[in-house]
Amino acid sequence: MITIAVLTIGEAARRRVLWVLVGLAVVAVALTTWGADRLVALLHEQGQPEIQVKLVISQVLIFIAFQFTFVLAMTAAFLGSPAIASDIESGVAQALLARPLRRSAYLLGRWLGLAAVVVAYAAGSALLALAAVAWVSGYTPPSLVSPVAYLAFQAIVLMTLAILLSTRLSPIAGGAICVVAYGLSWMSGVLGDIGAALGASGVAAIGDVGRVLLPTDGLWRGVVYGLEPGILVGALGGQPVARANPFFAAEPPHPLFVAWAVAWVALILLIAIGQLRRREL
Amino acid sequence: MSGDSSSTPAIEVADLRKQYRRVEALAGLSMTVRRGEVFGFLGPNGAGKTTTVKLLLGLARPTAGGGTVLGAPLGDLRARRRIGYLPELFRYQPWLRAREVLALHGELIGLPRARRRAAAAEILELVGLGDRSDDLVGRFSKGMQQRLGLGVALVGDPDLVILDEPTSALDPIGRVDVRGIIRHARDRGAGVFLNSHLLSEVEQVCDRVAIVDHGRVIASGRLDDVLGHSETQARVTGLSAADLGAFEPFGHPTLEGDRLVIRPMADDRVPDLVSLLVSMGVRVHEVRSGRSSLEQRFVELVSRDSPPAGTPSSHPEGGR
Repeated sequence: MITIAVLTIGEAARRRVLWVLVGLAVVAVALTTWGADRLVALLHEQGQPEIQVKLVISQVLIFIAFQFTFVLAMTAAFLGSPAIASDIESGVAQALLARPLRRSAYLLGRWLGLAAVVVAYAAGSALLALAAVAWVSGYTPPSLVSPVAYLAFQAIVLMTLAILLSTRLSPIAGGAICVVAYGLSWMSGVLGDIGAALGASGVAAIGDVGRVLLPTDGLWRGVVYGLEPGILVGALGGQPVARANPFFAAEPPHPLFVAWAVAWVALILLIAIGQLRRREL
Repeated sequence: MSGDSSSTPAIEVADLRKQYRRVEALAGLSMTVRRGEVFGFLGPNGAGKTTTVKLLLGLARPTAGGGTVLGAPLGDLRARRRIGYLPELFRYQPWLRAREVLALHGELIGLPRARRRAAAAEILELVGLGDRSDDLVGRFSKGMQQRLGLGVALVGDPDLVILDEPTSALDPIGRVDVRGIIRHARDRGAGVFLNSHLLSEVEQVCDRVAIVDHGRVIASGRLDDVLGHSETQARVTGLSAADLGAFEPFGHPTLEGDRLVIRPMADDRVPDLVSLLVSMGVRVHEVRSGRSSLEQRFVELVSRDSPPAGTPSSHPEGGR
């Protein structure tokens, strides 16, 4: 398994796509830093109090995180969807699996290697952006680890789904299904929160079901909560309308939900291993 | 079953069957491949050759029947450590260097780290890629990739080497090289299972062959046995059926038009036969002696073979 994981990391490092992503992330961080710097200067010129500056910057950060989470989700989906399928289509997998290598070790190695790449990319880009914004604005989120961890976790969830699909479907089909599933999960979360804010339990249930089926939206709430200043949570947390805002979280994800998300990843991996074992190569 | 005994056959399968939905790819295939021999596995497209290879390696599961490879059940993980395999669809990580591909396969079979680099260099030299070890596989031609695949199949000096169409992308010089490599593997005691439809290649290198069609073996044995005995044909005039008894000391004579056919008959008796014919006043226009080529025999066997119930009546391209 470790051999395949190291091989997967090496593949990502040697292929241009990862370096293109890193380049884009650096450009995005540079633009974010420049924008935050201009915004802080403007707010200071207007004589806005420091607390207002921090609130505005925190909202900008959340919005940028949302953009980044989308890019990260796409990256995870399109890294995961060819992981097994392309190897089988090209014949690379047959040469490897004719060796004393269990199919489970091959799949888990692919997953582990890609997870390492995704986590490194998510953590590197996000921490760089947070550090740059903190440097120009003085705003540091209450926790650095928690939003970055939720961001990476979200990507791992989607990548795991992509790997499951990769055991049976072509890379394009698997990637497309992942993107659609991610969008549906986010939309069901937004609908569910609106339903909860309006007291419509039926609509609220849509969000709950969506988060159980694909935990990405629930984990997104963890990213938002980690980036918000405590004062904002204190001021808006009790207001039902605020809770319907997808860019606001009144509380972090429940520990039981986080445990379910971990179990979800394990379950999907088990199903993927079963699928690959049954597949005739 | 220990799987380690060198007295066990390299491959032994009995009544191996594989059904793909409504198509019966293997219909009760049985064969034995010994260690230290080159075994040719021949058949037309769609006969079940590649399916057999996949079952031997555990890449697919048989619907019924079974067997052993190096004394262990089909697909056994430990046995796969001692099997080298060149797939028909040879493809290796294009972003790796040639020596890294070999080192990867060395690692997968548990070759000690200290041995991997030297083993890779030695094998690359053997398959004619000694000066390309640092090149990326993605920049290799198809022929070079096939040479690399052959090298991958030889990593760790396996006890069984399974080669699926090993010269399909090679030029004539490459084919000669491959024959040398196959003989080298046999000489060190490995069993070589050569899946091919290049009959001339099989004829030159194999000790035994099996001809497979419609998912079962229709002929097998030493090349001599499969090809049949030598025969002599003489185109003559002035010979009648009543004279045939005179040729019985040479073999079984028949008169087919103007041809006297004696089978079996050893080549070294041709001068005696010609002397006898001349002494009988028979005019001899042409004498041919030998046996049918593998190609002739193959065509004869395959065209005689009819598909058993449940198998497709034609040979689809590409093979399974």
